[in-house]
Amino acid sequence: MASVQVDARGLNCPMPIVKTAQAVKGLASGDTVEVLATDAGSVKDFAAWSKTTGNEMVEQSAAGGVFRFILRKK
Amino acid sequence: MTVAEVPVPAAEPDPAPDAEAKLRDLLIIAYSGDLEKVWAQMILASTAAAMGVKTRIFVTFWGLPTFVKPGVRITGENWMQKMMSGMKRPGIAHRKLSTMNFLGMGPWMMRKLAKRYGVSSPAELLEVAQMMDVEIMPCQMTMDMFGLKREDMIDGLGEPVGAATVIGLLSEGSSALFI
Repeated sequence: MASVQVDARGLNCPMPIVKTAQAVKGLASGDTVEVLATDAGSVKDFAAWSKTTGNEMVEQSAAGGVFRFILRKK
Repeated sequence: MTVAEVPVPAAEPDPAPDAEAKLRDLLIIAYSGDLEKVWAQMILASTAAAMGVKTRIFVTFWGLPTFVKPGVRITGENWMQKMMSGMKRPGIAHRKLSTMNFLGMGPWMMRKLAKRYGVSSPAELLEVAQMMDVEIMPCQMTMDMFGLKREDMIDGLGEPVGAATVIGLLSEGSSALFI
């Protein structure tokens, strides 16, 4: 299973989501993407994105103002 | 007095989310050419596309000059159309704020703030939206009235259409935003 990283630190709405969607497009089902973001809105936004697209939120954490999400492609 | 006990029916369990449920299409009617509204059009279009929603933008009236190619300055055939483009410079990079424009000071400040807070410009978001297959449909009637030709417009636009196409999409279940 492949895994890619999206560094969206410093980017504001909607770019963390847009960049993640673009990265996921190139992945196969079951592959994961790790997203780093500083946009405080991204916690709710990634939950909504995951729910709408069906890509599963595997893990999420926050440390030092950086939010980290791991999502698995449907 | 005793209260008769009424059996409470068990709550219906939430239906399991249907993984294959089809998302409703989104139609953004881009009517305004004001900077802040163009920004909203582009943010919502690129986000919807990122969420897997089939997204279309119907571009009409004051929204149309936003999609004129950079570098195209005066458009139209007669003096009225030319004057209109002269007074309202076309192109996504030349949008004005509907309030606090202050002869361009407002948009300049907006761009500065956007940069500081990592907000992408409308032009960048438009590029992303086009990359993510957002379909942009210009209004034929407005193009005629403003004297805009196909070659005045940015690349990648769909065929010009009319109001019936918009109503057709709505009747088929597209959600719509009039911005």
